[in-house]
Amino acid sequence: MPILVFVESAEGKIKKTSIEAVAYAHAMGGPVTAIALGDADTNELEALGKYGAQKVLHASDEKLNDGVIQVYAAVLEKALIDENADILILANSSLGTPVAARVACKNNASLASNIVALPDTSAGFVVKKSIYTGKAFALVELKNQKKVICIKKNAAEIKEVGTPVQITPFAVSLSDSDFAAKIISSEKATGEILLPEANVVVSGGRGMKGPENWAMLEELAKTLHAATGCSKPVSDMGWRPHHEHVGQTGVKVAPQLYIAVGISGAIQHLAGVNSSKCIVVINKDPEAPFFKAADYGIVGDAFEIIPKLTEAIKAAK
Amino acid sequence: MKILVCITHVPDTTSKINFTDNNTRFITDGVQFIIGPYDDYALARAVELKETSGATVTVINVGLPDTEPTIRKALAIGADDAIRVNAEPVDSLFIATQIAAHAKAIGYDLILMGRESIDYNSGVVHALVGELLGIPSVSPVMKLDIEGNKAKLTREIEGGKEFLEVNLPFVAGCQEPIAEWKIPNMRGIMSARTKPLKVVEPQAIDSGVQIQKFELPAPKGSVKMVSADNVSELVNLLKNEAKIL
Repeated sequence: MPILVFVESAEGKIKKTSIEAVAYAHAMGGPVTAIALGDADTNELEALGKYGAQKVLHASDEKLNDGVIQVYAAVLEKALIDENADILILANSSLGTPVAARVACKNNASLASNIVALPDTSAGFVVKKSIYTGKAFALVELKNQKKVICIKKNAAEIKEVGTPVQITPFAVSLSDSDFAAKIISSEKATGEILLPEANVVVSGGRGMKGPENWAMLEELAKTLHAATGCSKPVSDMGWRPHHEHVGQTGVKVAPQLYIAVGISGAIQHLAGVNSSKCIVVINKDPEAPFFKAADYGIVGDAFEIIPKLTEAIKAAK
Repeated sequence: MKILVCITHVPDTTSKINFTDNNTRFITDGVQFIIGPYDDYALARAVELKETSGATVTVINVGLPDTEPTIRKALAIGADDAIRVNAEPVDSLFIATQIAAHAKAIGYDLILMGRESIDYNSGVVHALVGELLGIPSVSPVMKLDIEGNKAKLTREIEGGKEFLEVNLPFVAGCQEPIAEWKIPNMRGIMSARTKPLKVVEPQAIDSGVQIQKFELPAPKGSVKMVSADNVSELVNLLKNEAKIL
C-alpha cells in the first residue's frame, strides 16, 4: 500500500522540506507516491525518484496554481482514495499544515503535525511531536488506520536512493464551492533563500542599531548561502519585514547554523531557534542571556566583528 | 455581525516546562497561565471590529474550571459573553468538534482564533473547524478587514504574503500584526465579573490520537567563547569541531 506525499514547490523548485517528506516516507518503507498540484517543473518532479518516490502524480490543472487550502484538501482526499493509500505525509508549512487538517477530517484519519522523527512502529504507531515551541516533545500514538502526518524540518535525512520515476497526470474535478477563499494576488521575495528552509540563518537584533546597518549581515548571509532573520523588536519597528521575525510568535527555524548578532536572547526568541544544530552568538554584552543557549560566542562590537567574520569565511573557502 | 473567538489557556511564554508522573503530566506549579498570544491577537481584532462596526463578540474555551480566570480576562478585554466547554482539551479534533458544535448551533459570521496554540503548536484547529462546518479557513492571517458580506485578508506565506477575498462566514487563524494586544482597563475588569459565562458539557468523540508520554530535549553543552580579536578561530571551530562550514 503506497504512502502518499504532498510536495510543494517555490519558484519552480521542489521545496527542501517536501523532499524531506519524500525521504521520510521512503524511510518508513514506502512505496512512495508523490503528488504535486498546479504548475510544476517536470525535471524537478522526475528528480523526486532520487529520494525514493516510485511514482509522481501531477494534477496540473491551472486552477491549482494558487494554493487554496480547501481545494488542495479536496484533491489530496481524492488521491488517497484513488491510490488506495492509508498514510499521507506533508511538510509543515503555511499551506501544508491546514491542508493536512482538512484531509484528515474528511478521511477520519489520525492527525499529527510538527513531527520531528520517524514513527516507532514496535508497538502501534507512535510519532514524536515537538511541543511547547521546541521546549519539549510528546510521543503520540496514531490509532486510526488512516494517518496524516506533517513533518518539521530535519525530521528525515535526505539520501539519494532511487531511480527515475514515471510522472502520471492526475485528473481532478474541482468544485466551485471549494474556491470560496479567493487568492487575489501575492508578494513573494524572489531569489532569496526561504527562512524556514535555510541551512544557515544570520539574524540581527536591536544591537544592529538601525535598518541601514543590515548590509553587513546580508553580506555575511550571502557568503554563507544563508537566509536573514531578525528579532521581534526589529520587525515591530519595521526595520525588517515581518516574515523575517524569528521567535515564539514568528518563524521557527531549524538550521544547521544560527548566527545571532546583537540579539540579547529573550526566551521568546530562543523558542524560535532551539531546534538549531549549532548557535553562534555575537553580542557586546557578556551578560546577554543568549550566550547560555549558544555553542559559540563572541563578546564584542558587531560592526567590527561581522566584516572580519565574512572575510575569514571567504578566506577559508 | 456575530464573532466567535476561540481562546486557549496556556503557560506563559517564559514558563519552565517540566513533567511528572513518569513524564505523563505537565507540572503546573508556579506556572502562570495566559490567553494564547496568537489568540490574544484574534481577540484584539474582534474587539476592534466590535468598536467600529457594532459586532458582538463571544469567546469560547475548551477547558476545566481552572481556565475561568483566563476566560474572564478575555471578557475584561471586551468580549460580551463566554462559553466554557467543560473538558480537558486533549487533542485538536476534540477541541475543533466542540467549537464547531457550538458555532453550528448559534451561527457566527466570523470565527477567529490564533494560528496555533503555544503549548501543542499543532496549528490545525482553524482548518478542522472550517472543515467540520463546511466553510473556508485561512491561516495565518496578518490583516483582516470586513466589507459588507466579505472580508479582505492578508495571509503570511513562507517568504511573503498572499492577499485574499473570502465571503462570510469563515474561520481565520490569526497572528501579528492583525491588531495590537489589548490590556484590560479597570472598567473592563469590573464589568467582566458579571458578563455571562456559560458552561456546557462536551460532545464525545474518538480522535484516534493518544499522547503516551512527554520528553525534554537533551541539555545544551556549555558555550565556547572566542576572542573578538581572533574571529578566524570561530571559522576554524565551525569547520573542524562543529563540522558545519
